[in-house]
Amino acid sequence: MSEAKLSVSGVRKVFEGRAGEVVALDGVDFEIAEKEFVTVIGTSGCGKSTMLSIIAGLEEESEGEVLVNGEPVHGPGRDRGVVFQSYTLFPWMTAQKNVEFALHGTKGERADIAREHLELVGLEGFADAYPSQLSGGMRQRIAIARALSYKPEVLLMDEPFGALDAQTRQLMQELLTRIWEEHRLTVMFVTHDIDEAVFLSDRVLVMTARPGRIKEDIRVGVERPRTFEVLSTPEFFEYKSRLLEAVREESLKTATEQLAVR
Amino acid sequence: MAEAISKTPEAGAPKRAPAGRPAGKRRRKLAGIFDPIEPRTYMIIALLSFAVLFFGWWVAAEIDLAKDIFLPSPADVWNRGVELAKDGTLWADVKVSFVRITIGFLISTAIALPIGIAIGTYRLAEAAIEPPVDFIRYMPAVAFLPLTIVWVGVDESQKWLIIFIGTFFQQVLLVMDNVKRVPREYVDISHTLGMRDHSVLRKVVLPAAAPAIWDTLRITLGWAWTWLVIAELVAASDGLGHRIIVAQRYFQTDTIFVGILVIGLLGLIMDQIMKYTGKRIFRWAE
Repeated sequence: MSEAKLSVSGVRKVFEGRAGEVVALDGVDFEIAEKEFVTVIGTSGCGKSTMLSIIAGLEEESEGEVLVNGEPVHGPGRDRGVVFQSYTLFPWMTAQKNVEFALHGTKGERADIAREHLELVGLEGFADAYPSQLSGGMRQRIAIARALSYKPEVLLMDEPFGALDAQTRQLMQELLTRIWEEHRLTVMFVTHDIDEAVFLSDRVLVMTARPGRIKEDIRVGVERPRTFEVLSTPEFFEYKSRLLEAVREESLKTATEQLAVR
Repeated sequence: MAEAISKTPEAGAPKRAPAGRPAGKRRRKLAGIFDPIEPRTYMIIALLSFAVLFFGWWVAAEIDLAKDIFLPSPADVWNRGVELAKDGTLWADVKVSFVRITIGFLISTAIALPIGIAIGTYRLAEAAIEPPVDFIRYMPAVAFLPLTIVWVGVDESQKWLIIFIGTFFQQVLLVMDNVKRVPREYVDISHTLGMRDHSVLRKVVLPAAAPAIWDTLRITLGWAWTWLVIAELVAASDGLGHRIIVAQRYFQTDTIFVGILVIGLLGLIMDQIMKYTGKRIFRWAE
C-alpha cells in the first residue's frame, strides 16, 4: 500500500448539469507503483479524462482521495507532469524557451537542461523553431520534453497522440516506449486506442461506461524492449482481443442507453 | 496535379471523365467560394476599382452632372488641397486633429486595457462590470455631445471625452473577448507547472491574447476617427472637422472634399502602421 507512487481511492465525481446531476466517476480505485506504465482505457465519455484532471489537481473530486507518494493531492503541482491531447506549447516562445519555461526556479543551467530534453525527444535541431513552424507530432514531442524536464514524480498523459495521424502516432508510441525503457518513469496514460494501450503499458485498466469505475486490471506481459514488431505477435493479439472485448461491452452499454433515450 | 492523378489509377474503379471536357484537363475556376487568387491579380483588381471610382467622379464633374458647388471636379479638389497645404492651414489642422485623437485614444486605451483584461479573466469582475458597460455601449456617443459640453466646456478635454465615450466601452468588451479566447489549456498547463494565478496572467494569458488585443486597438482606432470628427464638427475652432464645417458655411465644397479625403488618408496610414507594427511584434502568430 505504502509502496504505491500514485494511489486513487474511492474517487467519485458529480457534475451539476442542466438536466440535474451527472455522476461521471463512481468509486474509482487503483494504484500505480513506482516506475510502472499504466494505461487507463475506456469508451468516450467514461470519465477517464476527468480522472486524469482530478489526479493532475485541475479538477476536484466530489468524494475520495488521490495520493502521490502517500501525500494527498491539493491542486496542481510540480510533482505531476501533464501532457494534453491539444497542443499546449506557447506559440510565442521557441521550442527551447517553452521547455525552459517549465524550469523556472530550477537550480542549474536551465538552457542546458532544456536542450538535453529536446535531445531526448530527438528535436535538438529545432530548439529555435516556433510551434507554428513544427508539425503536430513535433509539438507533442516538445510537450513531452517539457513535462519531463522538471522531473515530476508521475507523468500524466491525456490522449497525447490522439490528434496525430496513424503513422506519426505509431512513431510517437515507439519514441515514448524507448524513453520509458531507458528512464523508467511512473506514467498514467489515458487513451481509447487499444493497440496503443497494449503496446505502451505494463498494466491496462479498463473503465466502465459512465459512471466510470475500474472494471478490469490487466497486466500486459509482452516482453520489453518493445519495438513495432511486437504489434504482429500472437501474444499482442491475445491482449488486444481481451481488451477489445472488455471495452466493447461498455461501448454497447452506452450505445443501447443512447438509443433507449431516443 | 493532373499528372499526378493520371499516374495513380485506382484499381478496379472505372475512370469517369466529366462530360464535355477532356479528362485530366480542368479549367481553373476564378470565382469559386473561398478560391484563392494570385496576389498580383488581387492588386490589379483593387487598383482598377479605385480607378473606376475616380473616373466616375471625374466624368460626373466633367459632364456637369451637378453644379460645381455640389460636386467639384478632382482637379478643383486637388488645387484646393495644394493651396491649403501651401498656406499651412492643412498641416495645422492635421496636427491639431492628430494630437486630439492620439490623446483621446491613449486615455481610453490606458483605462480599457486593465479593465478588459480583468473582466476577461475573473468572472467576479465580469459580473460587476460587463453588464453596465454593455448597456452604456448601446447609448449613442453622439447623444453625449451636449452633456460633454455642459460638463467640460468646449476646450480640448471635451474632444478627448467624446473620443473616450465612443471608444472606451467598445474596447473594454473587445479586450474582454480577446482574453477569454486564450485557450483554457494554456492556463491549465501553467498551473501544472506550479505557477500561481498572478504569474499565469502576466506570463501566459497576456502574451497569448496580445495579438488579438493589438487588432482590437487597430480597429477601435479607426472608429475613434469618427468620434474625433464629430466632436470637431460640433464645437471646435480648429482641426479637420472644424475646417469642413466652416467650408460648408461658405459653400466651399472643394475644401469639404479635401477634408474628407485627408481624414480618410490619415486613417488609412495609421491603420497600415498599426498593421505593420503588429506583424513585426507578433511574428509568431503568423
